[in-house]
Amino acid sequence: MNVVTNMVHLRDVFKTYANNTKALKGISFTLEPGEFAFLVGPSGSGKSTIIKLLIGEVAPTDGDISVAGFDVANIKPRRLPQLRRRVGVIFQDFRLIEKKTVYENVAFAMRAVGASNQQIRQRVPYVLDLVGLDMKTKAFPSELSGGEQQRVAIARALVNNPQLIIADEPTGNLDPARSLEILTLLQKINELQTTVLVVTHEKSLVDRLSRRVIAIDGGRIISDGAGGYYNYEEF
Amino acid sequence: MRSFRAGYYIREGLSSIFTHGFMSFASVFIVVACLIIMGSFSLLAVNVNKIIGDFEDENVILAYIHESYSVEDARALAGAIDAVPNVRSARFVTREEAFNSFLSGVEDKSRFEDIDATVLRHRFTVYVDDIAFIERTQEDLLNIPGVARVTANLLIARALVTTRNIVSGVSTVIVAVLLIISLFIMMNTVKLATFERRDEIAIMKVVGATNSFIRWPFIFEGFILGLFGSLVAFITQWGLYTAVTDALLSGGATGGGLIQAISFSQVALSLCVVFAVIGIGVGIIGSSFAIRKYLKV
Ligand SMILES: Nc1ncnc2c1ncn2[C@@H]1O[C@H](COP(=O)(O)OP(=O)(O)OP(=O)(O)O)[C@@H](O)[C@H]1O
Ligand SMILES: [Mg+2]
Repeated sequence: MNVVTNMVHLRDVFKTYANNTKALKGISFTLEPGEFAFLVGPSGSGKSTIIKLLIGEVAPTDGDISVAGFDVANIKPRRLPQLRRRVGVIFQDFRLIEKKTVYENVAFAMRAVGASNQQIRQRVPYVLDLVGLDMKTKAFPSELSGGEQQRVAIARALVNNPQLIIADEPTGNLDPARSLEILTLLQKINELQTTVLVVTHEKSLVDRLSRRVIAIDGGRIISDGAGGYYNYEEF
Repeated sequence: MRSFRAGYYIREGLSSIFTHGFMSFASVFIVVACLIIMGSFSLLAVNVNKIIGDFEDENVILAYIHESYSVEDARALAGAIDAVPNVRSARFVTREEAFNSFLSGVEDKSRFEDIDATVLRHRFTVYVDDIAFIERTQEDLLNIPGVARVTANLLIARALVTTRNIVSGVSTVIVAVLLIISLFIMMNTVKLATFERRDEIAIMKVVGATNSFIRWPFIFEGFILGLFGSLVAFITQWGLYTAVTDALLSGGATGGGLIQAISFSQVALSLCVVFAVIGIGVGIIGSSFAIRKYLKV
């Protein structure tokens, strides 16, 4: 048993789907606790597959994966909830529950992990305040703008105090000003010691922030460097 | 903490019943229909059994004792007769008693003035446990030394046994089939509820909810639907049974009170328990099966 100090560690990870699509062909990278990184790549390059691997939604065909100290490649199904409580995921399509209000959507994630009513009453308003939604707690997702829904998804990802936040295309359908707002929010969360991995294909955004960028294409890493290095025009 | 959880499961389960109002209604309706059909056949079987039981009491075997036996010797055969399998009880009747009871049924007693009890034999009136084996019992009785002749109404016995076998066989099959049908319907109802909520379930899984946390509201939903269904079925069955038996009794279809239906109060408790067990069982088992596949993410 090796001592794990990395937040995320992938080594030679391969993923071939049931229909023989080779989504990942040997991915290796590491995220240290408290790091902020972008994962970029064209459509179909395997970004979402990496996220699904990190939270144990799919199993790798080959390779080692560890997340927050969990050996995800060999994790037992009954341990998955514990892993997922340490990782907050913000999905491309938000995945909010339409029948629940903003407050309930966030509270529900806490309830699902067994928090008490008192803990929920304290924590949810704090998190909604953090993402700037304190005025919209009683609204339903359908009554919110895209950016506001995005922030509900962020609040939900944050509420259980995860060690790692993964955002899949968090700015996918937002205008540049809103996108920057969301990224600023994610950076603020990062400053509170949470590791953040942002998946995106918006070159202008990535260039604006001097952060580490992991670029993949065709299931392989093609560059990994600090300072907003990002030279694939077509993304 | 524990009670709060239970509160959450109950709230979620109840709200799911109302958000899927039509499907909930449909599944309760099916459970009610199945329970009532099951219940009606069971009640029919119970009644047929009771009627046959009544007949059994009247359908006795008469075992006549040899003329050469004295009253004491004849009476002493009681032990041997009681020992025959399937004999429930045997009552000794002397030839005098038999003669007197014969005379009491005759209007013009003067016609029998010159006849006395010696023309008759001492006899045993034998009651059996199960009318189905009456022929066998008859033979066994005949094999007892001292028993001269044995009579029984085999034709009625055979007819009763056949009727009972058909009714209980048909009832068993129908009850089994309906049990499976209602289980499937319940499963599909909860499956629809889970299908509609599969995104919600997927979200729960992704934020780290355990399977049991996700499962309980659905199980509770099945429990409530089943409980409600069995309650409605019980009350409906009550009304239905009372109406049918009343109609049959007043319609004279029972041969002037010769046949008595079992009153509902006699079966109410068992019916209530059986309905509740089946209804709740179908609800819980149905929803457990329905939700299984959504938990494998
Ligand atoms: N469940 C699946 N079964 C089979 N193939 C899949 C499955 N999911 C993804 N793929 C394939 O794997 C490859 C990588 O998909 P993935 O979703 O990881 O891409 P992506 O980088 O997230 O793309 P996008 O930017 O469009 O979201 C694609 O070729 C895709 O068609
Ligand atoms: Mg994707």
